[in-house]
This record gives sequence, structure tokens and C-alpha cells, in this order.
Amino acid sequence: MIRLEKRPQPSRAWSIATPLVAVLATMIAGGLLFAILGKDPVEAIRTIFWEPLFGEFAFYYRPQLLIKGAPLVLIAIGLSLGFRAGIWNIGAEGQYIMGALFGAGMGLAFYPLEAWYIFPLMVIAGAFGGWLWAMIPALLKVRFGTNEILVSLMLVYVAEQFLASMSLGLLKNPEGFGFPGSRNLQQYESAHNADLIAGSGMHWGVVAALIAVIFAYVLLNRHMLGYQIRLTGEAPRAARFAGVRPARLILFCLGASGMLAGLAGMFEVSGPSGQVSIDFNVGYGFTAIIVAFLGRLHPVGILLAGGLMALTYIGGDIAQSNMGLPSAAIQVFQGMLLFFLLAFDLLTNFRLRLGKPEVA
Amino acid sequence: MTVPLLSLQGLTKAYPGVVANDQVSFDIGEGEVHALLGENGAGKSTLVKMIYGLVKPDSGQMLLRGAPFAPAEPRAARADGIAMVFQHFSLFDALNVAENIALGMENPPAMRDLASRIREVSETYGLPLDPFRTVGDLSAGERQRVEIIRCLLQDPKLLIMDEPTSVLTPQEVEILFETLQKLRSEGTSILYISHKLEEIRKLCDHATILRLGKNVGECTPAETSARDMAEMMVGTALKTPTRSDRIVGNVALDISGLSVPAPSAFGTSLKNVHLTVRKGEILGIGGVAGNGQDELLAVLSGEALSAADAVKLHGKPIGRLGPVARRRLGLLSAPEERLGHAAAPDMSLTENALLTAAVRENLENRGFLNWPAAKAFAKRVISEFDVRTPGPENAARSLSGGNLQKFVIGREVLQRPEVLVVNQPTWGVDASAAAAIRQSLLDLAAGGAAIICISQDLDELMEISDSFAALNEGRLSAPRAAAGLTVDEIGLMMGGAHGMEVAHV
Repeated sequence: MIRLEKRPQPSRAWSIATPLVAVLATMIAGGLLFAILGKDPVEAIRTIFWEPLFGEFAFYYRPQLLIKGAPLVLIAIGLSLGFRAGIWNIGAEGQYIMGALFGAGMGLAFYPLEAWYIFPLMVIAGAFGGWLWAMIPALLKVRFGTNEILVSLMLVYVAEQFLASMSLGLLKNPEGFGFPGSRNLQQYESAHNADLIAGSGMHWGVVAALIAVIFAYVLLNRHMLGYQIRLTGEAPRAARFAGVRPARLILFCLGASGMLAGLAGMFEVSGPSGQVSIDFNVGYGFTAIIVAFLGRLHPVGILLAGGLMALTYIGGDIAQSNMGLPSAAIQVFQGMLLFFLLAFDLLTNFRLRLGKPEVA
Repeated sequence: MTVPLLSLQGLTKAYPGVVANDQVSFDIGEGEVHALLGENGAGKSTLVKMIYGLVKPDSGQMLLRGAPFAPAEPRAARADGIAMVFQHFSLFDALNVAENIALGMENPPAMRDLASRIREVSETYGLPLDPFRTVGDLSAGERQRVEIIRCLLQDPKLLIMDEPTSVLTPQEVEILFETLQKLRSEGTSILYISHKLEEIRKLCDHATILRLGKNVGECTPAETSARDMAEMMVGTALKTPTRSDRIVGNVALDISGLSVPAPSAFGTSLKNVHLTVRKGEILGIGGVAGNGQDELLAVLSGEALSAADAVKLHGKPIGRLGPVARRRLGLLSAPEERLGHAAAPDMSLTENALLTAAVRENLENRGFLNWPAAKAFAKRVISEFDVRTPGPENAARSLSGGNLQKFVIGREVLQRPEVLVVNQPTWGVDASAAAAIRQSLLDLAAGGAAIICISQDLDELMEISDSFAALNEGRLSAPRAAAGLTVDEIGLMMGGAHGMEVAHV
């Protein structure tokens, strides 16, 4: 008989090993799934994990990793602050859209003026847009005790309607022959978030993501606010006893995650995507939730998890086109990753015991 | 030789990592009140659970009137005449007394018959109780009567009582003891679990003492001093806290007309509380649990706010200040609940040291944390308060209750408080650790700090406090000098028998 026994204190070894074991288990279970679908499992796993990094066309895929990874990391870092404190911002996708709209709107307002200050203003506007959207659930929670999970999630759909309305109305390209979508910011130099080194995929969003990782690391490990965030998540009553003001923490955590999501949206719309369009958002805000947990809500972990997630996206795309794997299978594969992570996470706090119960 | 009612022979029960009972043997005679003594974690609960059929022993056997007795479940134990009153009541507030009792029966009779039987039993044993009153309206003492009557209806041969007096005022304890003595005179045996030694000396015929799961001795309580019994429980000579002469100075903390609504539906509101504590004075606040202790601590720690001038520290109104600002001014506190309130279970002791000491020990600089200083402070608490742990990097939950309590109290004491408020400072702590904690409070007061000690342990309050007040339904009695206060007077301050009638039998 197998039993779970609570450890006297969380195991450090397991908390580090869990993500690796989860990836391994995902490879095995995913391989089985692919085998059942009649594909060569080893080849499929190799395509997903190896091809983008070291394959024949790696020169094309590697920049793609940065482009896909940066927004995931940026958003996940923000979410992890709130998640640590038990404040659940599920609406990063909406904040991401609003950041993109505000950022693009700021840039397009100056069109066709070329000036150095346009891009920094767009950055500020993008951050502001995301922050503003996150303040709605934050203020409602502080003032009326509403559930931030529901409010932030529902605001995603409101933001999507905004996005559609903007691409068809206010921000529509006047020279776009009636097609929905804004002007292409890639063709507007002052507003273009171009690669810092041409062809590397290394745009300002990547830099911002790295800065966010460092900032979050310092905040959580060296600063009182970070300590209060962790304390609130671990023991809310002890946090109040320590003097943490819950309302301030809610405003900070939701505000920070909204701001980072807004930044991610702004860097995306002015760089890789280039224009505001109806189908601008592709789910980064939701995937970032997985990334945040996969990275154990730890800044460095999130950086690695963001990379891994981007890898499965790109590798999954390759596997789809090269091996004809259905896209649903790739999504199941990604879902497995989170599932195994949460399952193995149990081992951090519990240990498995084999044998008869209640015998020393 | 007569056959004992229940004979335990070499009972052993092990849990992973700990042997709860190790070869425990003793006999309970017919019509005997047998005390089971021991500190928290000595294995008392495990032992009675085996007798009541909740836990199966690994080895050893029990004989009931000479016949092998191995109940597979509580129902079997009850069928053999074993009844148990638990420390925590299992009653439904919304139902009346008779309905609650019927719920626990195998074949409940018609409600009218049951009610008349309840009346009959309650009158016989001096436990007046109206079968049709709603349990939610009853006091703790009356609820306990429901549990006892539920047991007595089964006509038990052995009644097990687990810490029955911890929720009672002294007057209610008197009533309970009369009932138990009457039961004994009718031949019912009672296994009485407690760590209150004076009660045991008064009530019990025989005592078995458990320490770390082993039977370490038996005695006749009436002929043994409480101190000797305590030392058998602990295994070492006890150091009684010594109080040095203290100079009582100016008023440090002044509460006047403090009223705070209940924080939740299950809380207690504070009603017009007045109190003052002077420098060097220890004010003991007694009362049965749930009468506003937690709420009073919250109002003092700053977790709950009140009108600004209802709470004054050195004459300065602080009622609207939060915990951090109060700590800065020298008002520190230690709540009752160690894990989750006074300390974060999964955080290290270093991180837990930071929880309250950041301001006064300069552990932060413009918001940035000074981890080496926090670790040094945690180490200081560990060494000066003899906290048994491998080091400050261990999680709070890995410590035993007593050790964590020493850490929590030490963390506040070492910050040189001007006023310290503690709630249940030695709850669930072994006797030697409790003595050390009380001594540290006495030393702190001797150094000129004002201390408010909220506790349900009257012996503790009498040992350390200079003045005494009691909380009853959120009201605080007028404080009185502790010296010369009798148990009767204390009981009346705590609300007497909570309106319970004393039965005349």
C-alpha cells in the first residue's frame, strides 16, 4: 500500500527536481500518446525539443524562441508576484491587449512624425494601459471584496471587444483598402520595436523580460515588500500580525502584473506582430499562468520555464508541419507538462511510503 | 483478590517516527476514579483511544472484568459499557438537547420518552438540563452536561473524561466533581485525564503517570504533593519561577471605554473594556476560552483598530495605529496560535524572526532586508531561550509546540518591549518550557516592562501576575490585586457558573 506522509519541512531537493522530473514524465507520456497516434515517438520528441535549437533550420527558430519566450516571461513574472501572495490575476490576456492598444495608439497618434521620444512614450503608455486594466479588479476587490479571478477573467473578453472595435474603427489603417487592422508599426521607424541585433530576435521586450526577472528576484529576496508578498501567501493571519496591509498588497500585485502584461503587449504590437488586428492576441496571457507555475513562481525558474514553453510551441509547430501531428496532440502535450508538474509537486511537501500503515 | 474492571497489559502503539505508547500496563478498579497524568504528547490520548476502540494497539491486550477486550470500533466499546466525554464537544448548535442526544444513539426512543429519561438522569446526578433547549444557547459547562448525560444514558461501567475542566469556571468544576463523586459511589469507574494536579489530588483515588509513552509511576494523589507529581510527569526537578521585587512605575498602557464589534459571526465583541497596566506590573487576564481573548489581543497588537483614544500608550492615543507603528512605540504582542498567526509555518526561523522584529532590531534599511542581521537575531533568540532546533534555517513547523512557543515569546522579549501582551503563553507547552517562559516574563517585568498575560490557566496567572481581571462575554471585570484572591472570587469574576443552576442532591 502506498501512503503519503507529510514532511517535517519542504524538501529543497524535490522542489528543484520536480520540474525536471515533470519534463521527463511528459516526454514519456507524450511519446506514448504520439505512438498511439501512429507516429514515431522518439522522432516526435526529438523534433519538439531538439529541432528548434540544433536542427538544420535552427538559425530561423532560435530568434523565434526569444520572440515567443519574452512575452511569456514578462507576463509570468508579474503574475508570480500576485500568485505568491494568493492574489489571482487570471486576466493577463486582457491587460496584454490593453497594453498593446495604448502603446500602439500612442505611436499612431504621432504618425508620421519621426522623433526619438515616440518609442519611450509608447512604452509608458503600454505599461499604463495594462496597469489601468488590472486596477479595475484590484479596486473592486479592495473596495467591495469582489473575486479578482472572475473580474479579471471577464475583463479579458471586454478587452477583446475593445481590440476588435479598435481594429475596425479608431485605429484602422486609413490606407488599408478597408481591411481591418492598424498601420504596420514595423514600417514606422520611430515606433518600431526592431531587433537590437538584426535577425537575432533580440528586441526590447527581451531586454525588459530580463530586467523584470532581476527586479523580481531582488524584490522577493531582498526587499520588505517581497517578504510581505511571500508571508501573505504562506500565512495570511501572520501577515496581518506582521503589519501587512492587504489592500496595498492587492493594489501592488495586480498593478505590477497588469503593467508587465501591458508592456508585453506593447512590445509585441510594435515588434513581431507589427499591427493591431482582431486576432492580435494568441493566448500569451493564459499560457503565462502555466509558465509561472512551471517556474515554481521563482523568477529564475520562470525564465527557464518561459524558454521551455516557447520551445514546445515552436517544436510543436515543426512537429505539426513535418510529421503531421494534430495540433490538439501538441496542446495535450503542453497540458501534460502542467499536470505532471502539479502532481510531482506533491513530493516537495510529502513523501511516499510503501508498506503497511501506522507501523514505525 | 478482586478482578479489576479494566486491566491494560503491555499496550504498545507506534506511529511513524514516534512510539506513542510503550508497554503501558495498569488496572482500573471497580468504582475507582483513576487519573491519567502526563504532559502534552505523553501518549494519554492514544491510550484512551485504544480503550474506546478508535485506535488498535500494535501489541498488548486489555481485559474487561477478566475477559479479553478488543473493541474494533467505538460502537463495540460502548456496547461493553465504555463511554467517553471528549475534550471538544461534538454537538449541533441548531438542534436541541434531546435531538443531539438522540443522534448519538443506536436506537433512539421516541422523543418524549427520551426527554423524560434525560430529565430523570439529570436529576439523579445533579446535572439540571432542559431537554428542549437549543444547544447553541448553552454555556460550555452546560454543553458538557449534554455530553455527560449522553454517556450516562448508556449506563456505562467506565466513563472516560478527557480534560473536562479546561472549559469550565471553578464553580462549574465544583458541580462536575459532585456529579463524578456520585457516579463513583454508585460503582461507575472513571478514567480522568488531566494535567491539573490540584484537581486530581481532590478527586482521584489513584493516578498513573505517563511520560514519553511509558508508564513511569503510580501514586495515590491525595497523599502525593502536586510538585512530586509534576516532577514525575516531567522527569526532572522543576524550577519554580522566582519573582524578584519589582518597582511599579507610571501607567504604561491605558485602555478606557474600548468597544469593538465582533470581527466575524463566531467572534466576540468587546464591550466597554477598561484597564491600566503600570511599568513593572503583570496584569493577568483570565476567562473561559472564547470570551474575547483573541479579540483583545488583536486590538492591542494593532490587527484590529479601535477609537484612537480608547487605547493609550504612555498617554499617547494609538487606537488607530497598525502593528508596525505600535511596535515602533514599544508595544509588542504574542498571539495564542503559534502556527499561522505568530509564525509562518513553512518559513525559516530567520524569516520568522523578521516577522515582528524588522522595525525594532533594524533588520531593514529603506525597505531592503538585512538578512545577516535577521539570522543573527534568530540565533540569539534560539540560544537565549534554549530553542531546540538544528539552526535558524529550519522551518517553523519543524519545531515542537513548546520550542516554537519559546521562539515566539523570545522574539518579543529580546526586542526590549515597553508593553508586552501575550495570549496563552504556555498553551500546550511542557512543564519545564512553561516554567522558562514564565520566568522570562517575570524577568522582563522586573526590568520595568508592563505585561498583560491573557491565559486560561489560572495557576499560571496566580503564579506570575500582580493584578487579575477576567474576561466574560467580551466584558472585563475590574482588575484586583492578585495576592489573596481566592478561587471562589476568581470564579465569580469569570462569570460564576454561567447561570447554571447548582443542583441539590
